[in-house]
Amino acid sequence: MDIFQALADPTRRTIIEMLARDGHLSATQISDRFSISPQAISQHLKVLREVKLVRVEKRAQQRIYQVNPEAMHELEGWARQLRQLWDQRFDALDRVLEMEKKRLKGEAN
Amino acid sequence: MSKNNLVVDRAAHAYTMSRVFDAPRELVWKVCTDPELVPKWWGPRYLTIVVDKMDLKVGGVWRYIQKDAEGNEYAFNGVYKEVVPPERLTYTFEYEPMAGHISTETITFEELPDGKTKITSRTTFNTLEDLEGMLQSGMEGGAVETWDRLEELLAVVRMEKR
Repeated sequence: MDIFQALADPTRRTIIEMLARDGHLSATQISDRFSISPQAISQHLKVLREVKLVRVEKRAQQRIYQVNPEAMHELEGWARQLRQLWDQRFDALDRVLEMEKKRLKGEAN
Repeated sequence: MSKNNLVVDRAAHAYTMSRVFDAPRELVWKVCTDPELVPKWWGPRYLTIVVDKMDLKVGGVWRYIQKDAEGNEYAFNGVYKEVVPPERLTYTFEYEPMAGHISTETITFEELPDGKTKITSRTTFNTLEDLEGMLQSGMEGGAVETWDRLEELLAVVRMEKR
């Protein structure tokens, strides 16, 4: 499992969003916000830990989670790439072609 | 409405996009393969693109770096598989921090009457999961919104880091 597969799951994406918004949350606080079982949430948290999307810190009897900014930074470039695709690229290419045509016409005159 | 014609071929783990450009084929090829011109269209406008490597021959390596205003760098690389000017270009595509998710892109340049050119870009993924990830993240409304929200949250995380 890598970051990409870890984020393919909507529950895990929601957990990341919650942590990004709230900063620190305990495992209990996270699972309280879902209707699925604490065991299932615990499995999702394990996946997120393994791909290093989250960091965990033990405080007394609790495990406190937060997002890992380094992993988020890597993810950002990927997300941007996914969203850009050829659609926007073709728009930009169209503009560059128009510019080049004008430039070539200018050179010919 | 999108001017592009998107065709998804799940059996082949691929999607195809095409568009007609009002420019002759040689010029379209040049704009797509000239290291001085590629940075003007390859990435989003708010990022600076640096062509680090562009060894345009079969087996040659390409590597582009996107830089944001804060100095973060995002690098992409691949190897050219087919270089047939001005007709066809095939190369592998990899985002470096996500190494291993390698896709292959084939760009076909088709000459049309009246000095127009049709570009068809076919992107093939190794697995159906990668294709679905790409389609969901990049094209479908709800998922795009999720990524928008995620990006906003990432911006908050970055502010806090300082």
